[in-house]
Amino acid sequence: MATAAARQAAGTAPEGAAEAVHTAALEAVFDAAVAADERIEPRDWMPDAYRATLVRQIAQHAHSEIIGMQPEANWITRAPSLRRKAILMAKVQDEAGHGLYLYGAAETLGASRDDLLDKLHTGRQKYSSIFNYPTLTWADVGAIGWLVDGAAITNQVPLCRCSYGPYARAMVRVCKEESFHQRQGYELLLALSRGTDAQHAMAQDAIDRWWWPSLMMFGPPDGESPHSAQSTAWKIKRHSNDELRQRFVDICVPQAESLGLALPDPDLRWNEERGHHDFGAIDWTEFWEVLKGNGPCNDERISRRRRAHEEGAWVREAAAAHARKHTPGAAAGGHPPATDATHPTDPTDPTTSAESADGTAPSGAPAPAPAGSGKATA
Amino acid sequence: MPLGDDALVLSHRLGEWAGNAPVLEEEVALANIALDLLGQARILLSMAGDEDELAYLREERAFRNLQLVEQPNGDFAHTIARQLYFSTYQRLLHEALAAGDTPFAPLAAKAVKEVAYHQDHAEQWTLRLGDGTRESRARMSRATEALWRYTGEMFQPLDGLDLDWAGIRDAWTRSVSGVLEAATLALPEGPQSGAWRAGAGRDGLHTESFGRMLAEMQHLHRSHPGASW
Repeated sequence: MATAAARQAAGTAPEGAAEAVHTAALEAVFDAAVAADERIEPRDWMPDAYRATLVRQIAQHAHSEIIGMQPEANWITRAPSLRRKAILMAKVQDEAGHGLYLYGAAETLGASRDDLLDKLHTGRQKYSSIFNYPTLTWADVGAIGWLVDGAAITNQVPLCRCSYGPYARAMVRVCKEESFHQRQGYELLLALSRGTDAQHAMAQDAIDRWWWPSLMMFGPPDGESPHSAQSTAWKIKRHSNDELRQRFVDICVPQAESLGLALPDPDLRWNEERGHHDFGAIDWTEFWEVLKGNGPCNDERISRRRRAHEEGAWVREAAAAHARKHTPGAAAGGHPPATDATHPTDPTDPTTSAESADGTAPSGAPAPAPAGSGKATA
Repeated sequence: MPLGDDALVLSHRLGEWAGNAPVLEEEVALANIALDLLGQARILLSMAGDEDELAYLREERAFRNLQLVEQPNGDFAHTIARQLYFSTYQRLLHEALAAGDTPFAPLAAKAVKEVAYHQDHAEQWTLRLGDGTRESRARMSRATEALWRYTGEMFQPLDGLDLDWAGIRDAWTRSVSGVLEAATLALPEGPQSGAWRAGAGRDGLHTESFGRMLAEMQHLHRSHPGASW
């Protein structure tokens, strides 16, 4: 819609108008579309800074999904029951799928997945600082589901209405699966909390370690968040960091009570006047240190990601070489024509509940498919 | 139980790839295969007893899986070769079971759809790696050779399953040699048995890395006797 309107607006500019006049007309159309809550689509004109902001944000979101696989994958081989193992494997698989959707969304803005991954591997783009904390016990898997995925959902649900169409649509799919993971995390902690004393203690220790880092996921306080004003004006961001953080605390308090686990904050109490929970001060020094690369696992996470990529280089080269030999006119480079990762999942499969089948099925079919990914066997 | 152990152990090995795959699409694919196998394992073990007790409280000598599926992942070619050998076998086995009247028939009928996908995935990658670059061809060739000695045990008759084992063996050899040929690779020539003898895994005689795999898999469950998760 914005495109048609933009063309019309541009067409009304006087003959031989300067480039600046032309851009101003396009900008006016873009601003009007954003103001009217219309979705901006890949072929629409958009300000360079809007494009750059979105590429940065979507890429970092994708990177977080990929790096976020590591702390949980750390427990796949040690999961204490086959049911839990199946749930955890499905979750980590979903995260790879979310990474695929999000790189796909970033590619609609002209970025390339290879380039974005390179920026991740060389530290030029970031990922969520929460994944720089280690998973030390099985209960951490539950804490990540309940708190980390819970915080992510609180952040991401408003993004389902973000002004950029492909990102908003990716978020709808991601949020559905994330809320499923969050319930599973809660349920895992509930089982531990109601289990033996040792299991209860394990759950409490995990909450003690993950609570504050989860609150940091909403970013710096509103006064110190440099990109917020512009992102809000562009309707990429809909609520401030502090608003979302407050919303999350208010959601978690009653859930912690029903779990029978304490939140590690002596200052946490209901404030009748505000209609919200007051909570203690966040250690922003720790936040900035982790962000700068000095968290407990920053080096480990990036090294492992880089190693997987480097050790996989010969596989990607083989796939590309094979494609060149067997696909007439196939372009060099691009991603290997991996076989479609999904296949019909039987919803009656007792290994996964119907919901989990629903959750895992779309993972391998990212939409929109990145150009040149060659999913030939879909 | 032997079939449940095969699926359980291979699923575990594939789970070790999470976060380490060469490309994002393979993270999804390998996890998907691992999940299918874990699902099969859970059904099969539940038919024999309590799935968690059987998975977490048996020691190495009581496991009845093939030595093939317990082999460490190695590089991607090694994982693909293991998957090619096993999925081809599993598909033929499940097709035969689905056509029979044992209690496994309904399960096999469902599993055969999953296994057909696993086999296709392994075959496609065998073609890409075998007929890819010089390096990938060398790696794929090494992997098919290295795992060959574990293939003979697949065709040892299993108690209670009255199947045409020789026919399965012939069909397996035809299928695998066809794929290897298309991938410009030769069918390995060595003996199809190595450590112990063909069929050793079915008697609880395993290779050394298996004990370590079980130690990792079982330690948390064993640390909390009687707990539920």
